Amino acid sequence: MEGNLNLTLKIWRQKNAQTAGKFETYQVSGISEDMSFLEMIDVLNNRLIEEGDDPVAFDHDCREGICGMCSMYINGRPHGPNKGVTTCQLHMRSFQDGQTITIEPWRAEAFPVIKDLVVNRSAFDRIIAAGGFISVNTGNAQDANSLPIPKDHADDAFAAAACIGCGACVAACKNASAMLFTSAKISQLALLPQGQAERAKRAEAMVAQMDEEGFGACSNTGACEAECPKGISLENIARMNREYFSAVFTSK
Amino acid sequence: MAWLSKSLNSSLGKKLLMAITGLFLVSFLVVHCGLNATVFFNDGGETFNKGAEFMAKNPFIRTMEIVLFGGLLLHILDGLRLWIDNKKKRPVAYAVVDGAANSKWYSRSMGLLGTLLLLFIIIHLKHFWYFSRLTDNLTEEHTLFHEMQAIFASPVVVVIYVLGCISLAYHLLHGFQSAFQTLGWNHPKYTPTIKCIGAAYSIIISIIFAAMPIAFHLNLIH
Repeated sequence: MEGNLNLTLKIWRQKNAQTAGKFETYQVSGISEDMSFLEMIDVLNNRLIEEGDDPVAFDHDCREGICGMCSMYINGRPHGPNKGVTTCQLHMRSFQDGQTITIEPWRAEAFPVIKDLVVNRSAFDRIIAAGGFISVNTGNAQDANSLPIPKDHADDAFAAAACIGCGACVAACKNASAMLFTSAKISQLALLPQGQAERAKRAEAMVAQMDEEGFGACSNTGACEAECPKGISLENIARMNREYFSAVFTSK
Repeated sequence: MAWLSKSLNSSLGKKLLMAITGLFLVSFLVVHCGLNATVFFNDGGETFNKGAEFMAKNPFIRTMEIVLFGGLLLHILDGLRLWIDNKKKRPVAYAVVDGAANSKWYSRSMGLLGTLLLLFIIIHLKHFWYFSRLTDNLTEEHTLFHEMQAIFASPVVVVIYVLGCISLAYHLLHGFQSAFQTLGWNHPKYTPTIKCIGAAYSIIISIIFAAMPIAFHLNLIH
């Protein structure tokens, strides 16, 4: 796949969490505008390997925009310049020939760099483990229609559940806050009848874990919502605030 | 009460404190602006001086004055605490940040705008609160209205006040609707109304405040 884009890449290189990193500059040429951003990095890495250099480490898995693995802070924005896409769904036609592209890892106290552009996002897993679950009886699943759910609740829960846990909200936030993520995970369960048993405990436990992990507070700038590849709404953060404070004032 | 202090010290609790004290200060500004706007009656400050005297003597208002200082102090200290805490959450800064692509500059600059406002409030308190409450300079011949005339004769003071009002406008433009979001009030039915009222409130109240020093300076108020 040959193309005609010649680009200058400034990529953050860092050996591991213990060593300090720095930017390295690379030239790539003949990049096709039909390539995804990750495929462009693949081209660079092939060359680095051929030249005996260490390839750029970056996270990726499904490459179809649904797994949330790819990260990269591209030219000052998580997942690059386009709205509603992950980095694997960002294509090189969004860039111009001769452009310089700066690529950094997600920057947050709670997301330590593992290597180059790969960060450790297991803080998100621990927030989920703190309360993002429901209790169900063993045995056969009951008939789905036996649990009436208002259509708008089902829609809102589904929209919140679209969160893929990529961490773009944290990366975009000036406070490295994980409120959009945590609120989506609280909302998807709080809105459904299956989530009622643990509802109050869930809100308190997940917020406590979020703070414990070292994420910041919310300034309501809306940067997270604007950068979220899945369009998770700020309404979820307002719902989390309601869930949390009603839990604080009513739980025993 | 450990549960309450624990939750008020959580990231959500700090924001709740910010929102409640912020909305309290918003309500104060309505009273402050309404009373001061009586200078525009152009009655030689008669109505304004009556109002000022009522505010100075009424025991309920005097009590609320203490509550107001308490609320302001809480808002400042909580804001400072949030700013310090949030700074620590990103120890390595980005080399390139395109903030304008995803948020308004004033929503990202509430700490800066708040600091400018604090500096303005200190100057403002020195000008009028200190003068009227802590000195004996206030007489029937030299009322608070006369003091306003004297203070706003200086062009430097007028510029400081107008800059203070601009900081106020942007601080409120984000703060007003942000407070409701923090309180959990986000709903398609009323959020557009809150945002609309917030924007109107921020702009109108700041313009009325800014108009006072300008009008005094240009001798439009007698």
